Amino acid sequence: MIGAAKKDKTSASGRRIVKVSRAVRKPNRSLGGDIFIWGILIIFGIFFIFPLVFNINQAFKPLNEIFIFPPNLFVINPTTDNISDLFIIMSRSWVTFTRYIFNTVFITFVGTAGHLFVASLGAFAVSKYDFPGSKFFFGIIITALMFNQYVTAIPNFLILTQLGWIDTYWAVIIPAFGMPLGFFLMKQFMDTIPVSLVEAAKIDGASEWLIYWRIVLPLVKPALLTVMVFAVQALWNNPQSLVIHTEQLKTLPLAISQIIGSPHAPQVARAGVNAAGLMVLMMVPIIIFVTAQSNILKTMASSGIKE
Amino acid sequence: MEGTNFQRYLARKKAMSAYTWNEVKKHKMLYLFLFPFLLIFATFTLAPVGISLGLSFTYFNVLEPPRWIGFTNYLNLFLSDDIFIIALRNTIILATITGPVGFMAAFLFAWFINELPRFIRAFVTLVFYAPTIAGSAYLVWLLIFSGDSMGHLNAYLMRAGIINSPILWLTNPDYMMYVIIIVVLWMSLGAGFLAFIAGLSTIDEALYEAGLVDGVRNRWQELWFITLPNMQGMLLFGAVMAITSSFAVGEVTQNLAGFPSTDYEVHTIVNHLVDYGAMRFEMGYASAIATILFISMIYAKRIVSSFIGKIGR
Repeated sequence: MIGAAKKDKTSASGRRIVKVSRAVRKPNRSLGGDIFIWGILIIFGIFFIFPLVFNINQAFKPLNEIFIFPPNLFVINPTTDNISDLFIIMSRSWVTFTRYIFNTVFITFVGTAGHLFVASLGAFAVSKYDFPGSKFFFGIIITALMFNQYVTAIPNFLILTQLGWIDTYWAVIIPAFGMPLGFFLMKQFMDTIPVSLVEAAKIDGASEWLIYWRIVLPLVKPALLTVMVFAVQALWNNPQSLVIHTEQLKTLPLAISQIIGSPHAPQVARAGVNAAGLMVLMMVPIIIFVTAQSNILKTMASSGIKE
Repeated sequence: MEGTNFQRYLARKKAMSAYTWNEVKKHKMLYLFLFPFLLIFATFTLAPVGISLGLSFTYFNVLEPPRWIGFTNYLNLFLSDDIFIIALRNTIILATITGPVGFMAAFLFAWFINELPRFIRAFVTLVFYAPTIAGSAYLVWLLIFSGDSMGHLNAYLMRAGIINSPILWLTNPDYMMYVIIIVVLWMSLGAGFLAFIAGLSTIDEALYEAGLVDGVRNRWQELWFITLPNMQGMLLFGAVMAITSSFAVGEVTQNLAGFPSTDYEVHTIVNHLVDYGAMRFEMGYASAIATILFISMIYAKRIVSSFIGKIGR
């Protein structure tokens, strides 16, 4: 509101100022407003990033700095002891460390690849063709964006039990194929591809499969990458402790969260290791996001819901 | 005339269904394309909602087959389960605060970031979005809000002389709800935030130039008359995402404030659902809770989309 008041004054006093400064500043932008925006972003930016920075510092603190009083925010003598301790604890577990890595990579890779294929194939059909039931189905997808895992958890468990998939990789992998968010984003992005491309291919006698595989799929690479990032995050951030019990089948995030233990019985002796574990858990999705950021924003530009 | 009209109606109906059937046959390849996704989506997303609705009318403890008991679960929930009423109240408080505030904050931050010079936008976006994707990193708030005098916030406040004795942030009912709201807002800018950032950058520059000619005086007017009406689709998507996350608060309260929390002060519907579904194995009762959660989300979306339809008018 500061910006609004200030701008009204200058525009009342004369248009010349606006004209002269247009070369440097965008029109309709007051200096007061800019300062206000920078101020807000800096204050809230600190609020958003502070806990993560704090945690990273905590992970590099030697034991005597973790328990110092009054507590320090920043580490003074950084050490990698906590991180190596984390891996020592993991390697002492009777399941070898590489097995956790294999499980994570296998579940994430197969789950994501299957989701990409199945969702892009279906999204292609709904986006590029008009056939009976296609609009209705997409309406259901939009509503299904709101079904969270808690609403469906109990029946899902019963269904997985019936299929005999409890305590197998498939209990995590197959349901991930059908995530509505991926289908939704893919379809919205495919809508931005000009129909004329598809029409031209049809006239040339290309089959639906050929149009999908050769024309549409190469054009939606940003969407594929975005959906991939979301799928990896979903698989990484939800340790599936409900459906996988066997230690040999558990993923790395689940194994680390077991070491961290219950947040309400904090193991004081492992305070540094806990911080290191949390840091590993949060760095992986953040790194993936950073590498894919520009493609994600390209895809999200088409995410609007039309009613 | 009546008869002929009716006959004409029948004929048209027949032609229509024949046409539809032809269309279906013509596009059978596309149904094949859609089939794998449809099958998995129906099995693990649609069917569970239906099953949950069905189970909510039964007594079901997993060991014995479900027994039909009509509306008893719902009656018990609303008439004799005091904790459910508390959970309902808490969920409504959390959803009506973190939902709209989180949604508006996500939009405002996205809009502010869009005003920044290009080179710094990607970095600032990451700063604001990192808590959303950082998963269980919110557990670090346990250290900050730790209740003894060694807790970081307590230590700083005591050294600054603002408080004399440590505050039990996570176990004192006076503060718990505020702490949870702060943490939930911190970690839930969500996919809507990305959609806003992306959407803002795609609005045609020519629209703003036209607005300048038509007498738009400042960026706030620009926002209301040009930006918002052009982003209704994104806003609705963001709203759907905000509703989903604000009604699903449960893991955070469980891990920060304990389970159950003091006096059930931050006990949410999701906590109640987990209590009956995963600990007491009263699946019928838990399904009734899930159904109520589901219905309230659908209604929240209805209300929100009617609001969003009015923007810029």
